[in-house]
Amino acid sequence: MSDVKKVATREGFGKALVELGKVREDFIVMDADLAAATKTEMFKKAFPERFYDCGIAEQNMMGIAAGIASTGKKVVVSSFAMFAAGRAFEQVRNSIGYPHLPVVIGATHAGISVGEDGATHQCCEDIALMRTIPGMTIINPADETEALKAVAAALELDGPVYMRFGRLAVPVVFDDDYKFEVGKGVELREGNDVTVIATGLMVNEALQAYDLLKADGINARIINMATIKPIDRDIVIKAAKETGAIVTAEEHSVIGGLGSAVSEVLCEEYPVPVVKLGVYDEFGHSGPADKLLNEFGLRAVNIVEKVKRAIALKK
Amino acid sequence: MDTQTKKELQKIALKVRLGIIEGVHAAKSGHPGGSLSSADILTYLYFKQMNIDPKDPKKADRDRLVLSKGHAAPALYSVLAERGYFEPSELLNLRHIGSMLQGHPDMKHIPGVDMSSGSLGQGISAACGMALSAKHFGDSFKVYTILGDGEIEEGQVWEAAMFAANKGLSNLTAFVDFNNLQIDGTIGEVNSAEPIDKKFEAFNWHTIVIDGHDFDQIEAALKEAETIDKPVAIIAKTVKGKGVSYMENAVNWHGAAPNDELYEVAMNELKAQLASLQ
Repeated sequence: MSDVKKVATREGFGKALVELGKVREDFIVMDADLAAATKTEMFKKAFPERFYDCGIAEQNMMGIAAGIASTGKKVVVSSFAMFAAGRAFEQVRNSIGYPHLPVVIGATHAGISVGEDGATHQCCEDIALMRTIPGMTIINPADETEALKAVAAALELDGPVYMRFGRLAVPVVFDDDYKFEVGKGVELREGNDVTVIATGLMVNEALQAYDLLKADGINARIINMATIKPIDRDIVIKAAKETGAIVTAEEHSVIGGLGSAVSEVLCEEYPVPVVKLGVYDEFGHSGPADKLLNEFGLRAVNIVEKVKRAIALKK
Repeated sequence: MDTQTKKELQKIALKVRLGIIEGVHAAKSGHPGGSLSSADILTYLYFKQMNIDPKDPKKADRDRLVLSKGHAAPALYSVLAERGYFEPSELLNLRHIGSMLQGHPDMKHIPGVDMSSGSLGQGISAACGMALSAKHFGDSFKVYTILGDGEIEEGQVWEAAMFAANKGLSNLTAFVDFNNLQIDGTIGEVNSAEPIDKKFEAFNWHTIVIDGHDFDQIEAALKEAETIDKPVAIIAKTVKGKGVSYMENAVNWHGAAPNDELYEVAMNELKAQLASLQ
C-alpha cells in the first residue's frame, strides 16, 4: 500500500474551490480563522477579493452566509466540524435550514482522525446533528476525487449542504472517471453474502475488508454512501434483500450517523441484521491519527469482525 | 418634515398599532409590547425610507429589512399589510394553523419578509450578510435591521457588530428598540447592555440616539446615516406597549394577548388617537 497516493479530503475541498473559482464568479468563500487548516486558504490565495474571513465567530459566520444566500448569491463557509455543526448548530438550523437557503458548509477535521488536538476537536456528532435539520443535504466524501466532484455538485443545489472532510491524508480510491451524484450510493464491489455500507475514510477500509473477507470465502458487497442525507433508500433496500445482512462503517458516533440512517430505512422497509461500526458513545483523545483509528477500531479488520457477526445474525 | 406628512405617518402608525392588537387578540398569544414600541420605526422605514415595491416583493434591488427581534412580528406583518403586501384581514389569521403568518417571521411564505428570524441575535448577522453581498457584487440596495435592547445581550450581536465595522458595511443601519424592558424585568434588573451607544461606538459604529416615536428624529437619523461611511446604530428610545395605556411600560405585556374586554379598551384608545388626527 506504500505506493498509494494519499491526500486529505480537505485538500480536495480546497482544490475544488479553486477550480470552481476559475469558472464561476458568483460565489463567496468564508472562513472563521481556520483557512490554513480547512484549505479555504487555497481559494483565498487564488481569489483574495472573493474571500472573507469572519474571524473566530462561527455563529455569526452562519448568519452572514444566510444573508448572502438570501440575496440570491452562492456562498461556501468553512470551519472545523466541531464548530460548524456543533457550536453553530442553532444558527445553521434557524438562519440557514429553516429558510432552506443554499449555503455550502464545508466542515473539516471531522472525526477521531483529527489526532493530537484531542477530544475537544474530534467531532463525532456532526452527522447526527445535521441529519435532524429538515432539508439539509449531508455529503461525506471518501477521498480527494470524490471531494472534488462533490463540492462542484453541492454548489449547484438549491438548499443547504453540509460537507464533511477529514484532516488525515487518506488513500485516493477513485480515479477521475468516477461518477458522483448527490443522493446516490455507489456499489464498489459485488457480493451477495453481506453488504458493507461505508462513508468517508471508512470506504478505503471497507475495500480492504473486501479482500480479507474474500480470503475467508465471504463475498461482501461494498457500497460507498457519500450522501448520508437524503440516504439512497433503494440501494440500501436492494442490498438487504439480496445479501440479508448489513454492516455500516463510519468515523462518527454510532448514534445518529450513517448506521442510524441505514437502520431507519431497513426497520421500516426490509428488516435484516444491521451491525454498526463507528465510535461507541465515547469521546476521543490525543494521539497520532493512525494509532487512534486502530485504537477506536476503525479499520478493515474491525469491519471483518462486524461482517462475521452480521452473517451469524442472519436467520 | 412638513406637518401634513408627519400627520400621515402618525395615522399609518396608529393603523399599524390597531393591526397589532387585532392580530395578537385573534391569535390569543404573541408579543404586543415590543411590537408597539417598534411600530413607528417600521412605519417610517416601509412608508418613507425603503426602496421597495409591494407588487414585486422579491425585486432584486430592493432595500432589505431584517427584524432581528423577530417576536415583534405582529408589527412587521401589520406594516406589510398596511403597505399592500397582503390583505389586512390576513392579520386575523396570525399564528393560526394553516396561516402564512407564523409566530415569527418566515421569509419562505410571507410576501415582504426578507429573512426568517426570531431566535435572538441571528437577524443582525443575516443583515450583515445581505450588506456584504451588496458591497461585494456591486448592488446598491441598503439593509436595515431592528434589534431589541434585551436581544443585544446575545453574544452573536457583538460578533456581527465587529464584522460589520471591520468589513466597512456602510450600507447597514441597525435600530435598537430601547424600550428598557425584557421578559424577566427591566434590562437593568436582568443583564443590561448599557451604555448601548458607547458599546456600538467601541465596535467602530457610528451611533445616533433618538426618540423612537418621533418621526422627525427617525428621519433625521436615517438621513445622517446615509452620509456616514460606517455601519450606523440608531439607538431609539421607545416606550414598550406605546399607544395602549395599560400596556405602556408594563413588562407583563411583553408576550401576552389582551382578553376581549381589554382588546376593546386598546382598540378604542387607538381609534380615539386616530380620530384626533383626522
